[in-house]
Amino acid sequence: MEGLRFLVVEDSPTMRQLISFSLKRFKGCKIVEAVDGVDALKKLQQEEVDMILTDINMPVMDGLKLVSLLRQNTKTRSLPIIIITTEGAQEDRDRGLALGANAYISKPIQSSHLLKIITDLLEKTP
Amino acid sequence: MADDHSDIFKKSQEFLQMLSKQKDFIQDLLKENERLRFEVANLRQRGTGDTVDSLLRQELDLLKKRLAQIESEKQELAAACQRVEEENKDFAQRYVEIEEQNNNLANLYVASYQLHSTLDFQEVVHIVLEIIINLIGAEVFCVMLLDEKTNELGVIAQEGHEGAPSFSNIRIGEGILGTVVKTGEPYYINQAETGYQVDFLHPIAAIPLKIKENVIGVISIYKLLVQKDAFTAVDYELFSLLAAHAATSIFSSKLYSQSERRLTTIQGFLDLLTAPTGKQ
Repeated sequence: MEGLRFLVVEDSPTMRQLISFSLKRFKGCKIVEAVDGVDALKKLQQEEVDMILTDINMPVMDGLKLVSLLRQNTKTRSLPIIIITTEGAQEDRDRGLALGANAYISKPIQSSHLLKIITDLLEKTP
Repeated sequence: MADDHSDIFKKSQEFLQMLSKQKDFIQDLLKENERLRFEVANLRQRGTGDTVDSLLRQELDLLKKRLAQIESEKQELAAACQRVEEENKDFAQRYVEIEEQNNNLANLYVASYQLHSTLDFQEVVHIVLEIIINLIGAEVFCVMLLDEKTNELGVIAQEGHEGAPSFSNIRIGEGILGTVVKTGEPYYINQAETGYQVDFLHPIAAIPLKIKENVIGVISIYKLLVQKDAFTAVDYELFSLLAAHAATSIFSSKLYSQSERRLTTIQGFLDLLTAPTGKQ
């Protein structure tokens, strides 16, 4: 798995850096960062990505709205999306997955856990 | 009459054929007999007098020895395989531990990088909050600083509850938080084990913000995120390391903003002194 392109949508610079740090384990990967849902949609018009990792609680446009919009768009309908959030309740998880996210991870994240989920998802993606 | 003759001729022909077959069969038997005699003679010659039975017994003994050898080799291989399996398990365990350490180091690196990325006091405080939420997994917590003049703890930031709780009466040595400031030792209880309910005077964790032996404040945690049952062993380690970075970062940004204020004041005085009076 080389040369993968990720879009990390997260308002916290600390978390953005931490997620990017973990993703760098994928050789030659490219990481595009966005600070909220609107910024993510803008970045997606400029760049093609293989996977999106998004937070839920963000200003301007939250992660759930972003997931919902991405699933309505034919271009991004089948793009793998992982939600990474502090919202760990079962109903939040169910809601995120029902909207079309492929995986849901609660913070604090373990790098190895995140990488395993990404690998599994990419293997399943045609 | 002619029929009788032809019948006799037919029968004699059949008899002759039978005799011929019998002859062939006897010849075959003789050949086989000769071959077997030759075989027996050979065996006798090769065995220097030993019987076929003894040769077979010898062969059997050899096979038994070989079998024992193979059995012992098999046991050795099984033991080696077990050793390799144990080593493999040990490596797997070490790999998990290293992965965990790697993760913690990454967390610490990112946290300290962010903490020292600015000298703006409010920004530093915001980063401290982010770290406590995202890396520690706390939902309700406070960051308090010690007022050097009054020797009291004051809240500078809080998360997860409406309105800042009153800590104005907390002095050094008073209650859990005051004791943490006095001793410089962290305080922990396990949320999951005690069925803890949020109580602002009784946190589940209180970590002193220390620069060397000098305590400048406390991070007090009251509730963890729903997905986090309790603190893990790694959390305690991460906590103290982060608290040390947070302390220096908060302290230096506070000093910086104080010096900035003083500089502005001094600059104001200088401007006043050097400004032209305008009355000539």
